[in-house]
Amino acid sequence: MSEQMNHPQSDQDQADRRNFLKASAAAAGLTVAPGVLLYGIAHSRPEDQAVSDKVRWGMLIDTTKCAADCNACVTACNTENALEGRTGPQDSQWIRKVSIKNLQTGAEHHLPMPCQHCEHPPCVDVCPTGASFKRADGIVLVDRHICIGCRYCMMACPYKARSFVHEPLTEQNPEVPRGKGCVESCTFCVQRVDRDETPACVEACTADGHMAMLFGDLNDPESEIAKALKGQRTTEIRADLRLNTGVRYQGI
Amino acid sequence: MASILDRLRTLALAGAMAGMAMAAGGLQAGVDLPKLERGKGDKCVEETQFMRRNHMELLKHHRDETMHKGIRTPKHSLKGCVECHAGAKTGSVAASKEDFCSACHAYASVKLDCWDCHATKPGKRPIHSIPSTAGAAMPPMDSGMAGGHR
Amino acid sequence: MAKQEVCVTPEECKSSQFWMLLGLGGLVVLAGLYAFFTLEHHGHVLTGMNNQVVWGLPHVFAVFLIVAASGVLNVASIGSVFGKQIYKARAPLSGLLAIAMMVGGLAILVLDLGRPERLIVAMTHYNFKSIFAWNMIFYNGFFAIVGLYLITLLYRKWKPMSKPMGFLAFFWRLALTTATGSIFGFLTARSGYNSALMAPMFIINSFAYGLAVFMVVQSSMYRWNNLRLDEGIRRRMKNLLAVFVGASLYFTLVFHITNLYWAKQWDFERFILVDGGIYTLIFWVGQVVLGGIIPVILLFMPRSQEGQRICFCFAAPLLVILGGLAFMYVTIVGGQVFPMDMFPGYAVSSTFQDGVIASYNPSIWELMLGLGGIGIAFVATVVAVRVLKFMPQDDFTTMYMRRSTD
Repeated sequence: MSEQMNHPQSDQDQADRRNFLKASAAAAGLTVAPGVLLYGIAHSRPEDQAVSDKVRWGMLIDTTKCAADCNACVTACNTENALEGRTGPQDSQWIRKVSIKNLQTGAEHHLPMPCQHCEHPPCVDVCPTGASFKRADGIVLVDRHICIGCRYCMMACPYKARSFVHEPLTEQNPEVPRGKGCVESCTFCVQRVDRDETPACVEACTADGHMAMLFGDLNDPESEIAKALKGQRTTEIRADLRLNTGVRYQGI
Repeated sequence: MASILDRLRTLALAGAMAGMAMAAGGLQAGVDLPKLERGKGDKCVEETQFMRRNHMELLKHHRDETMHKGIRTPKHSLKGCVECHAGAKTGSVAASKEDFCSACHAYASVKLDCWDCHATKPGKRPIHSIPSTAGAAMPPMDSGMAGGHR
Repeated sequence: MAKQEVCVTPEECKSSQFWMLLGLGGLVVLAGLYAFFTLEHHGHVLTGMNNQVVWGLPHVFAVFLIVAASGVLNVASIGSVFGKQIYKARAPLSGLLAIAMMVGGLAILVLDLGRPERLIVAMTHYNFKSIFAWNMIFYNGFFAIVGLYLITLLYRKWKPMSKPMGFLAFFWRLALTTATGSIFGFLTARSGYNSALMAPMFIINSFAYGLAVFMVVQSSMYRWNNLRLDEGIRRRMKNLLAVFVGASLYFTLVFHITNLYWAKQWDFERFILVDGGIYTLIFWVGQVVLGGIIPVILLFMPRSQEGQRICFCFAAPLLVILGGLAFMYVTIVGGQVFPMDMFPGYAVSSTFQDGVIASYNPSIWELMLGLGGIGIAFVATVVAVRVLKFMPQDDFTTMYMRRSTD
């Protein structure tokens, strides 16, 4: 499963990249801004440089470590993206906790379900205006400037990852614009990823001591996530659709 | 079609600018010019006249850079505008009629829908209450974004 | 063709009836617009639509109108493409209804968008991989082609062009309905859709709905003008409708039988056919019995010796239209409320209605918006029929001579 994620890369590229990272890592450190932990100020990508397809962001979720009663990832997502946190049928949920029970054995598992950030996202295929798009580094986003709110992407998504904003909003996070009449979904906390932080859900899961979520570059064979994917059997939800999701699960 | 609209908009804006210029030159305009608060800092990221005419193009360009390429340089970003120009009273660029964006856009009669989605106030990064077990001693990145930091 | 006249009979020129119809239609349109502005202001929070059922009642009306619009053009096609005289005389009305219903259907779709003011974006940004974008192209082309076709039908000078334009319109409408059906057919993730049968089923349904709408409108126009439609013409149209409705029932049967063949579709089929509550009810009672079986029986009802006039040329097509709305409701809403099977072999639960049948209770605003679309189609038809000559002009001398060859 993981093989198809690794694009062939020239060794030269890899070496360049690692050297660069080493150099910047030297300047890295732990800086505490008011109330905020900044994990490393090293930028693997200069601020004014576009994201590239050399990176593909992905997530590995270990369902055996995901606790039934823990909701830390969901809460962190709501805080980070200024979601209301309500769970009515018209409320936005970018990540949700799903409980599954095997109908034969009765075995129970719990897992968080964010947008799966497919390599071949159906939402992008069906979007009439091209508002649904995949960034070069594999993050699937909605460009709200050209989203007309037709909701066809919500019809097409096999994971129900998307929500429609049913009401006018205020008090948005300046880094996470969102508003009435557009479709939205998990962005892998793109604003954090762009400054080399992990998504809020991963940070919260780790901080809570569960360590059930691992985030990283699937294309970098040295990354922890790539090694983990290489080392064990992982599951892609609805693998039958061959979407090559960026989010993988183990333990189910 | 879009280009026609663009042109019309530019025309309307040019008209409004001309009106402003005339007023500034001592001619009597029909409506009082908006009194804009000075932004923070010495000067804007570009010349004031240039910004009056072109801020929308800069913003549009930068929005696509940010949205699609992940380029988040503060210059020409809407977030940057809001941080400097948020009004002293409201802390916002568009909460009252005197605020920076609303005042001028009302004067020029140009409707904008930025604030349907974008925050009109500068904001701090969201504070995540991290459980006591971890705190500041959290292992940096090792469990997470392994790829970016080796 | 005689000199262009505003009305065929003196009765038709009576204004009161026209103004009454226009007023009635106008009120419905106003109600629809009021619903639109209300929803635009408050957001879709006022609708019953939610994050599980993203397309609701407005889309039921909209898709029905669009499908029927393409189907109603069949009457013209049978005239122009297949050269049947009685249908040729009805081609202008058919083209008019096609345009009017397409306008009504698209108006609903557009007014239901989350950002309707960005329609210009939808017209300038195309993602050519999206079947939805292709639909927009087909819709716009439909107006252009059917509009030109109408001109060739109405103006003597352009008459020779009506045959090639008729051909073009015919193929365009087939492509259009294929694309409309594929909006659902291409949704691979959902058990209710994801079928190659969707496109042909939409086409055959469009034949039935379109002809049904045409017959209802035609009956009304003849009645209001105190005219009597020729018995032979009525018989042919009702027979044709019966064939279309029969074919539509056949496709429904095949669609569900193929689904029943696959174990993975059993749950969905059980939901629609057996224990889906309101959806099962609408399927059997609305779509199959009222919209299919009863109209066929009515249309084939033998006539009594003296009761030559029994035809059900109004009641039967009206039922077919109702059945069409039922089909759209079961397909569009029923297909969405059924949960997606992300974890086969597991029972699933979450805060986001995973693993359960989603609820959908349409609000009055959605109904107003949907009916508003029908109102737009109605008003457009009433006005056009008033100012231009759309009343079928049967030339009985040539027709009876040709009847044997038809």
